[in-house]
Amino acid sequence: METEAAKMIGAGLAAIGVIGGGVGVGTVWANYMTAVARNPAMEDKLRTPAFLGFALSEATALFALVIALIILFT
Amino acid sequence: MAAESHGPMHQFELQRWIPLDVGGLDISYTNSALFMTLAVLATFSLFWVATRHRTMVPSRWQSVAELMYEFVGGMVKDNVGHAGMAYFPFIFTLFMFILFGNVLGLLPYSFTFTSHIVVNAVLALFIFVAVTIIGFSRHGLHYFSLFCPPGTPLPVAFVLVPIEIMSYFIRPVSLSLRLFANMLAGHVLLKVLAGFVISLGLGFGIVPFAAVFGVTLLEIMVAVIQAYVFALLSCIYLNDAINLH
Repeated sequence: METEAAKMIGAGLAAIGVIGGGVGVGTVWANYMTAVARNPAMEDKLRTPAFLGFALSEATALFALVIALIILFT
Repeated sequence: MAAESHGPMHQFELQRWIPLDVGGLDISYTNSALFMTLAVLATFSLFWVATRHRTMVPSRWQSVAELMYEFVGGMVKDNVGHAGMAYFPFIFTLFMFILFGNVLGLLPYSFTFTSHIVVNAVLALFIFVAVTIIGFSRHGLHYFSLFCPPGTPLPVAFVLVPIEIMSYFIRPVSLSLRLFANMLAGHVLLKVLAGFVISLGLGFGIVPFAAVFGVTLLEIMVAVIQAYVFALLSCIYLNDAINLH
């Protein structure tokens, strides 16, 4: 019973790492918006790097999520 | 919690519909295999219908097909260059397969095969091995310079080279895990919210129902974006192998 509780707490703690991913993804899109507002002509050129940055920073959050799921379900 | 027949994890369970066993190897036709077949059939029939009567001024279906072709074609050309157009059919197939897998998985009572890491791992490992082979066959041993960009000072190289090697070998892991975790998290969230609708009943159930509606829209967006990101990252990796910096 106590191991079960410890598992739950551990999974919750592991999911804290998602905060960093949230901040990262927010920063990527916020800066994309700022850049497009400054120079709308660059919108198409900036879209690919923005998606790339979004995907790469999102992956770090998902690693934390997967660790939490592994703790919870194994 | 996962063992309950209608828990949020129930949707990811494999069901053997046509059990097949070849020499101890389980190759049963499962619901996952069925949805892979459906994704291929959907892609095939979409392009068959779209290109059946080709005209100079495209019909509605033909313009859908042209839009997708130009979207992926532009992505390959922008990120890999003209040398990469030889691999365009592969990237396009990959994109359509994952896109239809993700979108078909959003239908109620359907199965999302991209939410199983084994499917994504095979796709990602195939890309990883293919990119490595292409890199070595085009550049020979010079391909190792990918790990040490030209003009790196020697003290920095001691730190940079291990990081670059690690980031190269983590690629298949992060590529497959990204798609897997996005699909898994999205579908679990949908089912958990749907459970709240049942437990709150007709009155207050409208609140989680609105949330389910919003999350479904978000999930449609995520399904398309993740297919795009998977194809985009394949292009970036291919660019490393073909153009080497």
